[in-house]
Amino acid sequence: MNLIADIAWTHVRARVRQTGFAVAGVATGVGFSIMMAALMQGSQDDFTQRLVNTLPHITISDELRRPPPQPAENFYAAAEIHGLTPEARRPGIKNPLATMAALEAWLPGGIAPSVKVQAIIRYANHDVSTTVTGIDPRREARVSELPKQMRGATLTALYRATNAIVIGDRLSEKIGARIGANITLQTSEGANVTAQVVGFFHTGVRQQDESTAFVLTKTGQILAQQTGLINELRVRLADPMRSREVAARIENDTGYKSVSWQEAYEDLLSTFIIRNIIMYAVVGAILLVASFGTFNIISTITHEKARDIAIMKSLGLTEFTVRSIFVLEALIIGLAGALAGFALGYLLCRILGAIRITNPFLDSDHLPLAYTYVHYLMAGAVALASSVVAGYQPARKAARGNPVEIIRGAT
Amino acid sequence: MNAVPLIEARDVTRILPGVVPTTLVRGINLTIGANEFVAITGASGSGKSSLLYLLGLLDLPTAGELLIRGRATAHMDEAERAMTRLSLIGFVFQFHFLLPEFTVLDNVMLPMRALGRLSNEAMRKRAQDLLGALGLGDHMNKTPDQLSGGQRQRVAVARALGNEPPIILADEPTGSLDSKASEQVFEVLRDLVAKHGKTVVAVTHDLGLAERMDRRIELVDGQIVADEPQRHAPLAAV
Repeated sequence: MNLIADIAWTHVRARVRQTGFAVAGVATGVGFSIMMAALMQGSQDDFTQRLVNTLPHITISDELRRPPPQPAENFYAAAEIHGLTPEARRPGIKNPLATMAALEAWLPGGIAPSVKVQAIIRYANHDVSTTVTGIDPRREARVSELPKQMRGATLTALYRATNAIVIGDRLSEKIGARIGANITLQTSEGANVTAQVVGFFHTGVRQQDESTAFVLTKTGQILAQQTGLINELRVRLADPMRSREVAARIENDTGYKSVSWQEAYEDLLSTFIIRNIIMYAVVGAILLVASFGTFNIISTITHEKARDIAIMKSLGLTEFTVRSIFVLEALIIGLAGALAGFALGYLLCRILGAIRITNPFLDSDHLPLAYTYVHYLMAGAVALASSVVAGYQPARKAARGNPVEIIRGAT
Repeated sequence: MNAVPLIEARDVTRILPGVVPTTLVRGINLTIGANEFVAITGASGSGKSSLLYLLGLLDLPTAGELLIRGRATAHMDEAERAMTRLSLIGFVFQFHFLLPEFTVLDNVMLPMRALGRLSNEAMRKRAQDLLGALGLGDHMNKTPDQLSGGQRQRVAVARALGNEPPIILADEPTGSLDSKASEQVFEVLRDLVAKHGKTVVAVTHDLGLAERMDRRIELVDGQIVADEPQRHAPLAAV
C-alpha cells in the first residue's frame, strides 16, 4: 500500500470508536439527505405527472397573445390609436383540419380538435359552473389520459345518447348525479341543452374532477351555438418536457396562442423552485453538521499525533505528504460514511415507502418516493467534499507545525 | 581527494523572535567531514540541540550559511530540505519516537518508502538486514510497546540508517537509557563510524561518552568554546 494510504488507514483503524462516530455522523447526514430528496422529488414528480396526465401538454386556443393592430398602425409608423375597441373576430380556429394537418407533419406527438364552452350545469337544485369540452372520443387517447381515467363506463359511451356527457367524479358527488341522470347545460349566450350522464372520470386533480365535463364535439358546437366550431387544438407530446419549445414553435407557425402545461401551471411549478431551495438548504445543513464530526476527529487525531507528525517531518516527509495523510483520513471517513449513508438512505426510503397512509387528497395509499442514483451521487459528493474541507484545516495546521518545538516539548 | 565537507557552518546564528529575542546559537563556524565521530557537549541550555537541529535542516539559521555536501541550504524550499534530510541525514532522538501503530519492520521501512528509490522487496530486505545487524532480528513484527528502551532506540538507529545517509545526527541518544542499554547504543553508533564509514554527530551531556568520540565540540551560551580531537586513537583507524 502507498505510504500515505498506509499511515492514514492505520490511524483511522486504530481509533475504531472515534472513527465509528464520525462515520455514523456522515452516514446519518447522507442517509437522511437521500430520504428527504427521495420524498421531495417523489411528491414533486407525482404532482407533475398528474398535471401532465390530466392536461393536454399544449393547448392551442383561438385567442391571440396581443390584440390585432389597427389597419392604420400597419401603414403608418407614427400612427398611435387609442380608445378603439379591437376588431371583433369570429370565434374559432380558422381551417382547423388544415392547421392540424400542417402541425401533424412535424409534431412529435398527437393532436385532437375540441370545443371548449363555459356552462352552468343544473341538476337537482344545484347550479355548478363547469368547463364543457366537446371532444372526439376516438382521437382522445392521442392527447389525454381521459380514456384510462374513466370510471363506470368507457369514453365511447358518449356515442350512446343524443347528448351524452361524462363528468368528473367529484362533480357528480357535488350535484348528486348518477349514470343515466339527465342534467341541463346552460351557457351565458342562452344555449340550453339537456344531456344524459353516461360516465365519470377521475384525474386526481381536484379542480379538474369537480368542474369539468366532456361531450361530443357536435354537442359542444350546439352549446357554443356555432356549427363547425373548433376553438381549441390539444396536443400531447412523446416527451412532455419539450412542451414549452414545441408550443413556441406552434404559436410562431399558426399565430394562435399556444400554451404549454408548464406555462399553464407556471405559478405552481415556480413553487417547486422554492421547495427545492429549501430541500437543498436542509440537506446541506444536515451534511454540514455531519462534517463537524469529521473536523472533530481529524483535529483530535492531528492533536494526538503531533509528535508522530514532527518525527515524520524530521525523517524527511514533506508538508504535502503529511497534509495528504490527514486529508486522506478525512476522505476515508467521508467515503465510509457515504457508503453507509447510501444503505441507510435506501433503507429509510423502503421503510417510508412501506407506510400505509389514508388521505382523501391522495390517490395512492403510500408516500410517493423517487429512487434515483442522482440523489445518492449528490449526497455522496457533498459528504466527501465536506469531509475533505473539514479535514483540510487541521491537516494543514498539523503539517505546517514546527517539528523542533514538538520534539523539544516531547523531550 | 574529495575535500568537500559533509557539513559546513559559516557564522551561523539562530535567534528566536519574541518580545525578548532569545539567542540559541551565535557565530557558529565548523566543518565536519566524512567518517567523523563528533560529540557536541555543553551545559543545559547551551544550544547543543539547537545546533544539531540547524545542522539537520529542521530549523533555519537567522544569519550565516549552512552547507550540506558543499551545497548552500539557505534558499532551499521546504520540499528540498525534506528531500535532503531524507537522503543524506538520519536522526536519532533521546526518545525513540517510533510510530506506535506500526511494527518495528514498518517503522524502519518508513523513510525508505518515503524516498521511494527501492522496490518493496528490496526495502523489506534492507530493513530486515539492518534490524538483524542490530540484534533485533527476532523482534521485527513486534510493535514498539513490546520492546525495551534499548531495543526501541536501536530500532530508531535502524530507521535512521534506512536510506543509507552519510550523516547521522543523534540528540542525546542514550539520555533515556540505563547504563547497559546506553553502552549498547553507543557501540552501535561507534560501529557506524568505524565499520560503515558514516559520520555521527551526537549531542550528549555525558562527558564519559563524549571522551570516547573522535572529536568534541563544546558550547557555552550558544557559542563554540572548544573544538578539538580527543586523545584516544581515532575510531576510523580502529
